[in-house]
Amino acid sequence: MFENRRLLRVLRRTVVQAVPTVLGIVVLNFLLLKLAPGDAADVMAGEFGTATEETMAMLRRQFGLDLPLLQQLLAYLGNLVQFSLGFSPRYGMPVSELIGQRLPSTLMLMGLALAIAVVVGIALGTTMAMTAGRWTDRVLSVVSLLFYSVPGFWIGLMLIVLFSVKLGWLPSGGQETIGAGLTGLDAVADRLKHMILPATSLALFYVAIYGRLTRAAVLEVASQDYVRTAAAKGLAPLTVTLRHVLRNALLPVTTLAGIHFGGILGGAVVVETVYSWPGLGRLAFESVMRRDFNVLLGVLLLSSFLVIIANTLIDLLHAWLDPRIEVR
Amino acid sequence: MTTAAPLLDVADLTIAFPTGTPVIDFGFTVAEGETLAVVGESGSGKSLTALAVMRLLPPAAKIVAGAIRLKGRDLRALPEPEMRRVRGREIAMIFQEPMTSLNPVLTVGRQIAEVLRLHEGMSAPAARARTIELLDLVRVADPHRRVDDFPHRLSGGMRQRVMIAMAVACRPRLLIADEPTTALDVTIQAQVLDLLDRLRRDLGMALLLITHDLGIVGQWADRVVVMYAGRRVEQADATRVLDDPLHPYTRGLLAASPRLDASLHYSAGPLREIPGSIASARGQPGCPFAPRCPLAQPSCRIRPPPLAAVRPGRLVACPVTTASELADVAAVGL
Repeated sequence: MFENRRLLRVLRRTVVQAVPTVLGIVVLNFLLLKLAPGDAADVMAGEFGTATEETMAMLRRQFGLDLPLLQQLLAYLGNLVQFSLGFSPRYGMPVSELIGQRLPSTLMLMGLALAIAVVVGIALGTTMAMTAGRWTDRVLSVVSLLFYSVPGFWIGLMLIVLFSVKLGWLPSGGQETIGAGLTGLDAVADRLKHMILPATSLALFYVAIYGRLTRAAVLEVASQDYVRTAAAKGLAPLTVTLRHVLRNALLPVTTLAGIHFGGILGGAVVVETVYSWPGLGRLAFESVMRRDFNVLLGVLLLSSFLVIIANTLIDLLHAWLDPRIEVR
Repeated sequence: MTTAAPLLDVADLTIAFPTGTPVIDFGFTVAEGETLAVVGESGSGKSLTALAVMRLLPPAAKIVAGAIRLKGRDLRALPEPEMRRVRGREIAMIFQEPMTSLNPVLTVGRQIAEVLRLHEGMSAPAARARTIELLDLVRVADPHRRVDDFPHRLSGGMRQRVMIAMAVACRPRLLIADEPTTALDVTIQAQVLDLLDRLRRDLGMALLLITHDLGIVGQWADRVVVMYAGRRVEQADATRVLDDPLHPYTRGLLAASPRLDASLHYSAGPLREIPGSIASARGQPGCPFAPRCPLAQPSCRIRPPPLAAVRPGRLVACPVTTASELADVAAVGL
């Protein structure tokens, strides 16, 4: 009861704070994109190869690109107020529909990547901390440094070379086996198989960060008095670590994971391109190339929503992990 | 006093760090049901000795010599899994800082119940019920509500009570209290020490009280071991040490303690201090106290004076005071 009321208060506060943030993001993005040279009509004309001044003017009029900047912005905001993200001249369909098609695959990919990053990172970091100074720690430190310093697209390509080309264990791209017509559990397994490589390439960088962070946090917490108390109770070292150390050490990791949510969304552009994954990242990339700014603005807006939601969840998670943190 | 086999027998204990030897040839015994106070200033090695008994020394510290026997069983030779069954079940320990000794993210109830579930194999509901009883036993008001509280909601005194509840949960034979009241208000100190004493009697356990406060020794300890720079310098019944200290260090300590019965104001009767610091004991070939001792003899600086029994149960490591005491003893014909 009390918990629920507290939760509601947090949600209300988040919404109230999100409105000006999102408005700022929309206006800023809009103006920035308009600064970029060229528009959708230019790109389309370039592709036709035979466009005349008249057809381009007609295209611009059709998409509303001939209006003054301020009027375009107001028109866009007017659309938003009616919960419409506008129309994509390029795909010939409403932006919300376009994003709606892509959102689930990106969310799944990001969710899996973040889960891998957090779980593997924490496990890695805890192992390193428990063996601090010994060879296990040293080897894992080098490995995590490698993950940290190698770019995601290269790891992606190398994973494809190893697991798809050489070993043939996993598919090299796409999000399902086309034309297989699988149903039920088979379809889920097929989807998962397609997700493993892209999610792993997306996650490895963050695995390294969380690993190092967890190692430092665990080592710091391990020197606390209450850890000695736990040992004095007669608990085994593993129980002490899991029950008494880790939970206290998780706070910095979860904070960073919340911040990284936006970064993973950005990283998804590269990974989705490498693995031809039909997600938001690739949609954003393609819209940049085609100057399809309505789509791009929609993707950016949605991303900011996702980041805000993720950070709210992290706040709630913190309050749950550490009772000393009151959700204000 | 200690005619029966002692509960805990620490003999010739030497603990070394790579940089020094903070505990040298230290020893004491604790009989069933008694309170032994180990007194010494910061850095004298008291806490390390306590941690050595629990085998919870920091990784850099090593026990290089000596024996630690619990009811005749050598704790040094015990495999780690068996040692874990000793910790919390046969020997329990509470620490100086109640503010940081409890895990901030777990309820106090869960932290107490954890011991019961581990050593007594209790189910969660049974452990919870027993936890509430234990909180009541250590005089935590409203234990039904407190059991679900997190440590940061409790005062320092309450947290120390929780630590005590945790320590006595499995009715240990020995409770080691490492400066249990140093971080607490004076009024709370007395309550906590009273509580420890009552539990000692009610549960029939022995108490190893580690403190730097001679003021609490007389009231709560049966016997005292005075420790200086890792060595035992004096050992006696508590009242003896207070009324008639022999070792110059013990005398200095007592002279430096404020007495409630003194009618003197600090301006009229200032407390005396022992000149110098414990750091001067480092690298001393002889008695560690010699650099600060007003009675030091040339022989004191060559090798540490041996512990001599001036009476049954009374040991002093000082050639000067031992000689005069023995002379007194001879005079009254004892």
